[in-house]
Amino acid sequence: MTALRTGRAGRAAQYAALLCYLVFLAFPFLWLVSIAFKPAAELGSLHPTWIPEDPTLDNFRQAFDEQPLLRAAGNSLIAALAAALIAVTVATPMAYVMARRRSALTTAATGWVIVSQAFPFVLVIIPLFLVLKNLHLINTLAGLVAVYVTWSLPFALWMLVGYVRAVPRELEEAAAVDGAGRLRVLVSVTAPLLAPGLVATGLFAFITAWNEFFFALVLLKSAEKQTLPVVLTHFLGAEGVADLGPLAAAAFLATIPSLLVFAVIQKRITGGMLAGAVKS
Amino acid sequence: MRARLLTAAAAALALLLSGCGGDGGPDDGTIRLRFQSLAWQKESVDANKELVAEWNAANPGVQVEYVQGSWDSVHDQLLTSFEGGEAPDIIHDASDDLADFAYGGYLADLTGLLPDRLRADIPEQSWRTTAFGDGIYGVPFLQEPRVLIANRRILDASGVRVPTADRPWSWEEFRRVARRMTDHMGEGKYAVAWPLKEPVSATLNLGLSAGGRLFHRGGDGKVTIRFTGSDAVVPGTVRGQVDDGSASRSTLGMGGSDTLPGLFGGKYAMVPLGFSYRQQIVQQAPAGFEWTVLPAPAGSEGPEQGVSPQTLSIAEDSRHKREAARFIDFMLRPANMVRLALGDWMLPTGTEALKDPALHTPEAGWATGAALARELRPAPAQSVRGYPEWKDKVATPAYQEYYSGAIGAAELRRRLVEDGNRVLARYQR
Repeated sequence: MTALRTGRAGRAAQYAALLCYLVFLAFPFLWLVSIAFKPAAELGSLHPTWIPEDPTLDNFRQAFDEQPLLRAAGNSLIAALAAALIAVTVATPMAYVMARRRSALTTAATGWVIVSQAFPFVLVIIPLFLVLKNLHLINTLAGLVAVYVTWSLPFALWMLVGYVRAVPRELEEAAAVDGAGRLRVLVSVTAPLLAPGLVATGLFAFITAWNEFFFALVLLKSAEKQTLPVVLTHFLGAEGVADLGPLAAAAFLATIPSLLVFAVIQKRITGGMLAGAVKS
Repeated sequence: MRARLLTAAAAALALLLSGCGGDGGPDDGTIRLRFQSLAWQKESVDANKELVAEWNAANPGVQVEYVQGSWDSVHDQLLTSFEGGEAPDIIHDASDDLADFAYGGYLADLTGLLPDRLRADIPEQSWRTTAFGDGIYGVPFLQEPRVLIANRRILDASGVRVPTADRPWSWEEFRRVARRMTDHMGEGKYAVAWPLKEPVSATLNLGLSAGGRLFHRGGDGKVTIRFTGSDAVVPGTVRGQVDDGSASRSTLGMGGSDTLPGLFGGKYAMVPLGFSYRQQIVQQAPAGFEWTVLPAPAGSEGPEQGVSPQTLSIAEDSRHKREAARFIDFMLRPANMVRLALGDWMLPTGTEALKDPALHTPEAGWATGAALARELRPAPAQSVRGYPEWKDKVATPAYQEYYSGAIGAAELRRRLVEDGNRVLARYQR
């Protein structure tokens, strides 16, 4: 109990540190929001302000006027949701096996998963491109989803193995003793306890796909299929010159789906984690 | 839960299938070409799309699809497309990005494809930016000099001679003028802000005016780096201005856009920038801000500068190279080249287009830029294999450290030459 007791000064220091950390984390986003609502003249001010002095929606109007943001957001959403869904669906049984059946094979598989995370994009993109071309999946969202699933699967697997190991094996054994078959054990006992892990893993796959730029740039040719990160670069010129206002407005809009997904499921993640963590 | 999961999976797959589909058009005898453009400013994108629409209306048998590309990662994107046999037929890029593609056999040699009109319209020095070996691998069509964007009021109030394209400042005069302007401006203000976040191309391209070449091709075709007194003029000017307080030290790590608030706010009187930055100034400058475009200082070679023009190329894998070349010829007819130049706030390479009155108006400094166009030469490192690695690993850190005062001229020279030649040697075995 003594370890949990903290003096008033210590607690204040903790809150101050937390506040500093939150400000540090939030700074880029808040600055992005500030720029998105500033008129062009304020963007060129030598003394920039946090709150726009003359807030405007012109940057948003210009962004929508110049680029097909809604269509691109729709493409991103389809690709990210499909990638998340498929990655979780495929990774779950694999993770279960790797967590519950320890052998040389699963150890090697785990090692390979870790190593595969070190491959740089440029190393895999050309062979991947050729494979997708042979499958006639270039310039299709299906091809892009296949890449995203392939790319996020190792990490998803790694995450889920940890979640499966956190589910006490004794619970499954107890259910089996009570007469439940293997499938019943998996569906009624393991799956509910694994739910937070599935959500967290899906969220990881979704965010990874939502933010991904390079594969989408290379694989998608036609404007109708381009995703949001690719369209955002259309506000950038050579040598990093940027149409800053519309870029900030579009980038701000691009963060909203991620924020919404977090907002909707964060209780599920934390609540589920707590439920699974404490065994009575 | 499992039922819901399966339903969601089925829905997602159904959505995906709706997104599947090849990009081949109907087999009706119509030739279909893909044109990947890197235009990004609205006026520029509009001009490109309008020209494509005009071409398509006039040429029903050869239809061009406009594909929006991006300057960001364009090299890797094109390389992947080339390797995968999926490259666009007509490719928009910058000339300094073409060497690897040309030597790699990915780009078509345009020598026999382009009409005489276009060949004759573009000056020889521009063609040299896209000539590799015995072939020509791109049509240079837009370019921009580096200029000094100046706060008109500070310039006039300081009483210094205002340079013109015919009578630019010499590098020595530029240093004197900068000191005088700084004294006039007062504490905490600077005559010059050098945005040198990416210092290599700015230093090398401006260095041509003083006779700086850095890269020297021998009789055997191999390139070596030599650092002469001429190569030291521009770096010496920047370092000298930072040391004597007439240039801001803090802008050395900035990009061009980052210095604009200081220019608008009167903290800096002049910023060396690319000509197309004028668009940002027109968009962002506060009401009443008076600005002017001055030529960059000239050296022993006059106001010469190095440039890497924007180019149009044809993929070697394209099955319709002649039609693609016809489209390029259409895009780059003088009137069309002017539309593209105005949209991008740049200068056309074509001599006929360059005569257009719209490019000679004093408004927004067009006339000054147009007068400088004849002085533009291929960037010194234009066709040097290994240049990107030299730039990233050797030259960028060396120049940055020199400008900030961390190393001296001797160490700068040693790194550029000794370390640089080691890099180039690997590409020329």
